[in-house]
Amino acid sequence: MADPMRMRVTRKDDVADVKMLIFHPMETGYRTSTVTGEIIPKHFIKTLQAMHNGNVVLEVEWSRSVSRNPFLHFRVHGAEAGDKITIAWQDNFGQTGGGEALVK
Amino acid sequence: MQRNRIRLLSLIGALATAMSAPLRALAAAWNEKAFDETRFPDALKSVGALDLIATDQIELKTPEIAENGAIVPIQVTSNIPDTEKVFVFAEKNPQPLVASFSFRQGTAPFFATRIKMGESARVHVVVLANGKHYTVSNEVQVTIGGCGE
Repeated sequence: MADPMRMRVTRKDDVADVKMLIFHPMETGYRTSTVTGEIIPKHFIKTLQAMHNGNVVLEVEWSRSVSRNPFLHFRVHGAEAGDKITIAWQDNFGQTGGGEALVK
Repeated sequence: MQRNRIRLLSLIGALATAMSAPLRALAAAWNEKAFDETRFPDALKSVGALDLIATDQIELKTPEIAENGAIVPIQVTSNIPDTEKVFVFAEKNPQPLVASFSFRQGTAPFFATRIKMGESARVHVVVLANGKHYTVSNEVQVTIGGCGE
């Protein structure tokens, strides 16, 4: 998979600021293909977990109403340089993805 | 030689499967009923938000005018102690429940993301803290609806 997501983690004192862009179509199921004239099936990320050194800190449930190529920004407290932030997501087709970044 | 290579490949395959298993085990529940509701009051009921308390302790940032309904930025900070969950609703979307965020391990209840809006509507945020539901909402004027996106 080419570049499935981008993550940026910055830190101020013990707060890690995590920003990410996930490359995903987030199809609503309401769009019609201009090529075939057929409805494009809904295809969207349903769940996402964020982990700090392996501990789940944020669990997200999403709908089709989250924009294409979802952007997510959240904060992790008690972070230190070298800590690992991991992201995992699952979509309605059973596809999965994710990424990880180290706190600087 | 060939057989060794096959054995090595199958070993790598087994390892990869074993390593991806914990991630799959984490796959959280998804509230299908709530996400499928087509009326805002029903969606509220389906997430268990029956009695709503209006508050100024939730900071909700949305644009007054969103030119493109396919990309409406939203930022939420809850100042309510022990915030466990935050729900986002776009009242007039075909399915009003947009997202829910569960904060664990004392994670600060803050997030920013981008949502789609089919038409101008109120964006409601509901916070669950200590078994109570708190709410705040903003009106967003959408110039071009984004549900066909």
